[in-house]
Amino acid sequence: MTRALLDVEALEAGYEPGASIVRGISLKVMAGEIVAVLGPNGAGKSTLIKAIAGLVAKFSGSVTLDGTDITTAKVHELARRGLGFVPQTENVFTLMSIADNLRLAADVLPKASRSGQIDAMFELFPDLARQRKLAAGRLSGGQRQMLAVARALLAKPRILMLDEASAGLSPRLVGQVFAKLAEIRAKGITILLVEQNAKAALSLADRALILVEGMVAHEGPAEAIASDPSIGRLYLGARRLEGTA
Amino acid sequence: MILDLITYGAFFLVTALSYGIICLGLNLQWGQTGLFNVGVAGFVAIGAYTSALLTTPDVGERFGGFGLPIWMGWMSAAFVSGLAAAIIGAITLRLRADYLAITTFGVAITIHLVVLNATTITGGPFGIGFIPRPFGGLQEQSLLFNLANLSLVSGVTAGVYFALERLIHSPWGRVLRAIREDEGAATTLGKNANVFRLQAFVLGSAFMGFAGAIQAHFIGFIAPENYLSAITFQVWAMLIIGGSGNNRGALLGAILVWALWSITGAALGAIVPAEHQARAAALQIVFIGIGLAAILVIRPRGLLGEMTKVSRVLND
Amino acid sequence: MNLQFLADGIVMGSLIGLGAVGVTLSYSILRFANFAHGEFIAWGTYMTLILAAAIGTLFGGHTGTIGPLSFGWPLLAAGTAAAALTGGLAIALDYVLFSKLRSKGNAIVMVMASFGASMALRSLLEFVFTSRPAYFTRDIQMAIPVGLGIRLTPDQFFLIFLTMIIVIGVDRFLASTSTGRGMRAVSENPTLARVAGVDVERVIRATWIIAGILATVSGMMLGVIVQIRPFMGFDLLLPLFAAAILGSIGSMPGAVLGGLIVGVAEAAAVQVIGADYRAAVAFLILIAVLLVKPSGLFGVRE
Repeated sequence: MTRALLDVEALEAGYEPGASIVRGISLKVMAGEIVAVLGPNGAGKSTLIKAIAGLVAKFSGSVTLDGTDITTAKVHELARRGLGFVPQTENVFTLMSIADNLRLAADVLPKASRSGQIDAMFELFPDLARQRKLAAGRLSGGQRQMLAVARALLAKPRILMLDEASAGLSPRLVGQVFAKLAEIRAKGITILLVEQNAKAALSLADRALILVEGMVAHEGPAEAIASDPSIGRLYLGARRLEGTA
Repeated sequence: MILDLITYGAFFLVTALSYGIICLGLNLQWGQTGLFNVGVAGFVAIGAYTSALLTTPDVGERFGGFGLPIWMGWMSAAFVSGLAAAIIGAITLRLRADYLAITTFGVAITIHLVVLNATTITGGPFGIGFIPRPFGGLQEQSLLFNLANLSLVSGVTAGVYFALERLIHSPWGRVLRAIREDEGAATTLGKNANVFRLQAFVLGSAFMGFAGAIQAHFIGFIAPENYLSAITFQVWAMLIIGGSGNNRGALLGAILVWALWSITGAALGAIVPAEHQARAAALQIVFIGIGLAAILVIRPRGLLGEMTKVSRVLND
Repeated sequence: MNLQFLADGIVMGSLIGLGAVGVTLSYSILRFANFAHGEFIAWGTYMTLILAAAIGTLFGGHTGTIGPLSFGWPLLAAGTAAAALTGGLAIALDYVLFSKLRSKGNAIVMVMASFGASMALRSLLEFVFTSRPAYFTRDIQMAIPVGLGIRLTPDQFFLIFLTMIIVIGVDRFLASTSTGRGMRAVSENPTLARVAGVDVERVIRATWIIAGILATVSGMMLGVIVQIRPFMGFDLLLPLFAAAILGSIGSMPGAVLGGLIVGVAEAAAVQVIGADYRAAVAFLILIAVLLVKPSGLFGVRE
């Protein structure tokens, strides 16, 4: 059996010791997969992904990336080690231009490959290329989201993690973002996404986990989950599966 | 000999306790409300000069000389300092804490500048002399004089202490602490939070001015050089070392730091030749500065500070 | 009306502006008002004084001056070394004091600590050097007429020119180097910077070094055109803070502009009401900014 790219083992995490929000979650993401983490509000989805990204304290358990233990790694090292993270809010530097946002991301790469990677991002995101000198704060919500993804992608991550990439976006924009994610996966990058919009997530993902109150309530292939009405009712509220995408 | 010691002890305590009152005022602002006042010297100066100008006899070229009774001088000192604080606070309390620090810093510098240069009003660099001393009739008998003043100042300090203790444990005090500890609670209170902060700021500054007047009348003479940033610094060291958030800590810190200051001052005065006295005094400040920084890092709650009260602010 | 005050104001304003750039950078990246910045200025200047004297004696005291300037290469060499040392002082102070308080999360305590540290550092200078003013040179320079009734000494010309070069240098550094980008990123959003791979500890060290260097250059200028005293940095604190806040914390061009405005305003005030109340001008500017637009001219923060 091949080794998982991302291996999370019995993770407990939260903002205050003794008040764990993530209560013993284990998950594996294999290379090339798209895995979605779903669940009702307050289930701990965001906390989980932030803990993996090093932004929320881990109380016990472990996180391993391609065989290397990154449980106690410093946040800024993770980008270099192949973990890309797109936060939900404040995910671009609004005072810096699009180009500078990308140049900043490129600074973790060896000098020789920096400009090549920046050009590659501009190819993948032509909208951004058109306005590269514009301050990121002047971008629309959808363009900002694209820039946030481009910024994380530029560092050549092995796995790209996104926290509610669809938040605040219109259905059309959600479609565009998710189409971009499919494009990214086609290039061989593994994706882990936390999503409120279960329908959109399940149409993109291979597998999904459903979190309830900090623990994994259900796990399985995305198609199966999407077509099973009982799961929808139990965990996600049937309306989520049908309506919001 | 023993009488001399008692005399000196009384003299020492009067000064220490007057600093204690300043610390109590600062504790109300910082320990209870989380306001960082870097202009303590300014408010002390306002009180001292107000009282001096109101109570001294007439001196030709200078404004003042109303010859009012001492207690009126002291009350006015508290009032005018409080008024100045009201004006400054109204402008800056709604801003971030460090802007208050910078602004109060500027206030102290500006007040010192005015006091130094407005010679026709404040006596300029020559200061103001002949400030009526409490129990002035006993001046020639230093033991009785100092003991009498000590009882007066002790009584006043006790009064201030108990009044503040009542206030702190009242609903008003609880609101202050809630505002200090939880910025979120402060914002839900909205405008009201700043009214409470202003009240604490004004009251604290009033006590500082009051203490300034007490000091001025005890010594009988004031000059601009008494009110430099070194005073602000000493008082902060007293409060932090003694334990901020705690009135007993404020008084203990005042007595302790003043004792350290006096002892080291006396030691340096004895050891160091006259022409190097100023440099030696600078060394005192170096050690207190290091001490203050060390306490902030090692034991932020100071000697008497309680764990819960201030620690969430200083994160002990 | 005599326009000389404009020239004096621009000279002083350049010096204040340079210091304000250091303040605005450290304020926006380290997120607290550092009262010890004045001591970087004073220490940088005294270190320059000692090193310049040492170099001078090493070369038998005959090093000459550069053209019409009042100083020679020993001062420039000493200043460069002192700037590096002051950067080191800033890092050391951060290591011993500020870094230990940073993790505790309350910025106001760092301000308090910086106040204590500033008193200790300044008094240490007073202890070692006494409060008597010192000078790089006792020679008087001839002022050169520039037109419009304005006269400038060669030193003052040099200072303005040096300021421009340094400001352009800092701007290029922030705009095009990876450390500069990292500084801009941390200034806006330290958490996102970490996520993007920025080593925030490294950025902090770089910020202190730059602050120390700029402080030393400001101090050297002040030492050249006025004098050297232990309180020289402390006396500049209020103008520096006023300039940085006026120009918006985090904006380098704002700090320079703010410095020039404060400098010219002070010089104008001296013209009108005399030199006694000069220090109050910065305070009034500060109050005005906080009353009208606390986020400053360029509204970068807040």
